[in-house]
Amino acid sequence: MRKALMAAVAACALIAAGSTGQAQEKLKIGVLATLSGALTSGGEDGVRGAQIALKQRGGKIAGREVEFIIAATDASPDSALRAARKLVEQDKVQLILGPLSGSEGIAMRDYSKTVPNVTVVDASSGALETTYVNPSPNYFRFNSNGAMWMAGLGEYVFKDKGYKKLAVIGEDYSFPYTQVFGFALGYCKAGGQIVQRQWVPLGTKDFGSVIANIPDDVDAVFLGLGGGDSVNFLNQYGQTGGKAKFVGGSIMVDQTVLSSRGAAKKLLVGTPSSGGVADAWDDPKWKAWVKAYQDAFPADKRFASPSLFATNYYNAFSGMAAGLEKVNADLSDGGAKFRAELAKVELDAPNGPIKLDDDRQAIATTFITEVVEAPNGDLTNKFVRTVPNVSKTMGLSAEAFKAVGLPSRTNPECKP
Amino acid sequence: MSDFIGRRPIWSLVILIAVALLLFLIFAVWTPWMELTFGRKRVFLSALFNGITLGGLYFLVASGFTLIFGLMRNVNLAHGSLYLFGGYVGYSIGNLTGSWFAALIGAFVIVALAGILMQVLLFRWMEGQDLRQTLVTIGLSIIVADLLLWGYGGDTFQVTTPDWLSGPIQLPFIVALRSNGEAVMMMYPLVRIAILIGAIILGVAMWLALNRTRIGMLVRAGVDDRDMLSATGVRVQLVFIMVFAFGAGLAGLAGVVGGTFQSLQPGEDTKILLSSLVVVIVGGMGSIPGAAMGALIVGLAEQFGSVYMPTYAVMLTFVIMVVVLAIRPQGLAAVRR
Repeated sequence: MRKALMAAVAACALIAAGSTGQAQEKLKIGVLATLSGALTSGGEDGVRGAQIALKQRGGKIAGREVEFIIAATDASPDSALRAARKLVEQDKVQLILGPLSGSEGIAMRDYSKTVPNVTVVDASSGALETTYVNPSPNYFRFNSNGAMWMAGLGEYVFKDKGYKKLAVIGEDYSFPYTQVFGFALGYCKAGGQIVQRQWVPLGTKDFGSVIANIPDDVDAVFLGLGGGDSVNFLNQYGQTGGKAKFVGGSIMVDQTVLSSRGAAKKLLVGTPSSGGVADAWDDPKWKAWVKAYQDAFPADKRFASPSLFATNYYNAFSGMAAGLEKVNADLSDGGAKFRAELAKVELDAPNGPIKLDDDRQAIATTFITEVVEAPNGDLTNKFVRTVPNVSKTMGLSAEAFKAVGLPSRTNPECKP
Repeated sequence: MSDFIGRRPIWSLVILIAVALLLFLIFAVWTPWMELTFGRKRVFLSALFNGITLGGLYFLVASGFTLIFGLMRNVNLAHGSLYLFGGYVGYSIGNLTGSWFAALIGAFVIVALAGILMQVLLFRWMEGQDLRQTLVTIGLSIIVADLLLWGYGGDTFQVTTPDWLSGPIQLPFIVALRSNGEAVMMMYPLVRIAILIGAIILGVAMWLALNRTRIGMLVRAGVDDRDMLSATGVRVQLVFIMVFAFGAGLAGLAGVVGGTFQSLQPGEDTKILLSSLVVVIVGGMGSIPGAAMGALIVGLAEQFGSVYMPTYAVMLTFVIMVVVLAIRPQGLAAVRR
């Protein structure tokens, strides 16, 4: 028995020694994506974005082959933590791409502090707090947060669309709070009023009572929903025969919803929104990215054009790869050199230039868009205008921004 | 009826007053004072109707659950999986044939067959062993959930509503008066009304079948004393298989219904299982009227909770369950033995 045990130990030691001796070990990157729950379609498209970015680099970074280890989450913070722990402890990754959803990002920020040798490059999550409150030194974000994606929309909705009074329906977690926060900053300053806010749990099935609760005397309803929830809401709204106008959050009028099956999405035609992408932007770099996306997957395995999530994962991976190239993909020092380089990366991304601020948060472009029906019946986001160089303080001074407080169910108030 | 009034005069009065109050709330034009206290009438009415229709869906699921429990003393914790499986099957059939009825019937038949397989291959071999059955059904539900995730992915699916059922209809309830005195009528989705009517018809039919037919008599006898029934020469295993098939089929049917007016995605199975557990605990294990009562209470609690106290809505159903367990642990409609 004793002999057998010793032999087993020896064998294990040999195997372990053998694997470290390999010169060209694969570079493992853990990818967190929401592959179940309400944001599934977004998570799947995010993975597509990362895969395209990897393929464009021939599957290699600095000569080393890259292996994606995809870990599924369901948009809840604990699912993201579980998946990240599995990636770090079991798969021994030093690089994590993701997460996708707002509250996951906050959880991952805290987790990243406990694993200082792991570098997390956020791929789509949009809570303000992730990089604003106690930012983590090994957490990077190449996408705007939910508030930055709303920069300029409030003024546009108030002045150009003439919606003076709004009701809000949003999912009850950090990303929709942040979106409404960013929207209200501009909208209320312009003179608009938010008369009611309804927060529903992520993954709500039955919107019947919420729909009945929408006040009659509002000009439009701001929808801070995403993925399956958006589709559910629109279907049920159509069933009740409602005729309200909408203002869309960034993932409400995204391709994840505009490409869904069923006729309910037609209710969105004419909806103004803003976010990190505009489907029908005629910038050559954007067009090239759309083409790369369309060429990479057959038409039934993708959306008509890349969603916000695909673009964000693409950018996050591109940023990570640019940093790795600088240090020749050498992470033997726990990634310290790599992180120093990563903080300096400036991306010439398909959706405008991106650079990082001192808290490793992107300064990027916001697009104001409007949903239109293309001649072939597809819905797409018409480009209205860009708001360049949006930073996390939304153009306010640091003190003035701090005085507004953090996004929550009720903040900022928006009374006349 | 008069018997009940005679035995419980105070309760009868309370019920009578509650019904009168409810009718008044439904039909009267609300005064500004009432709007201030209860919110707008449209919100109240729509929460009421949504609660009742949601109760209809819960009844479809829970009646099969309670029937199986009542007869076989088998807590089938894979019942939620049967619901989700039925929903997905219905979605596929609906996509293939374009017919909603084909989806309903197809889901019923296929899930009923799955139920027969479960009974014949699994539960027959562990009759009377509660713990083992419970563990096996939990295991089964995990396996089925993963298989469904494998087959259909994590996306949200919706069974297409047939054209003649989509859109709203006008109900004869006044929700508000315009400034010119014109009445605004309540608009409500037709598909929900249809589901409610379907659930009521099915409930009545089940009650009739249980109380007026020979098969129903066998089932009731089985619920009361299984051993004695088999001793009288009835092939009790056959009755078990039939009931299991019917209960499972109902869950599958409910999956299509739920997929039509809500949607289908992974995780729905445990959600619906939890709801139907609460429903049968509130209503009383093994009783069809109990399932109807429990479904109605849980549906109403969920909808009114989501309107009037959104933060605590999730808790409300469990509070009701705890109260029922504390006051009447056998359930509201259970027969005392």
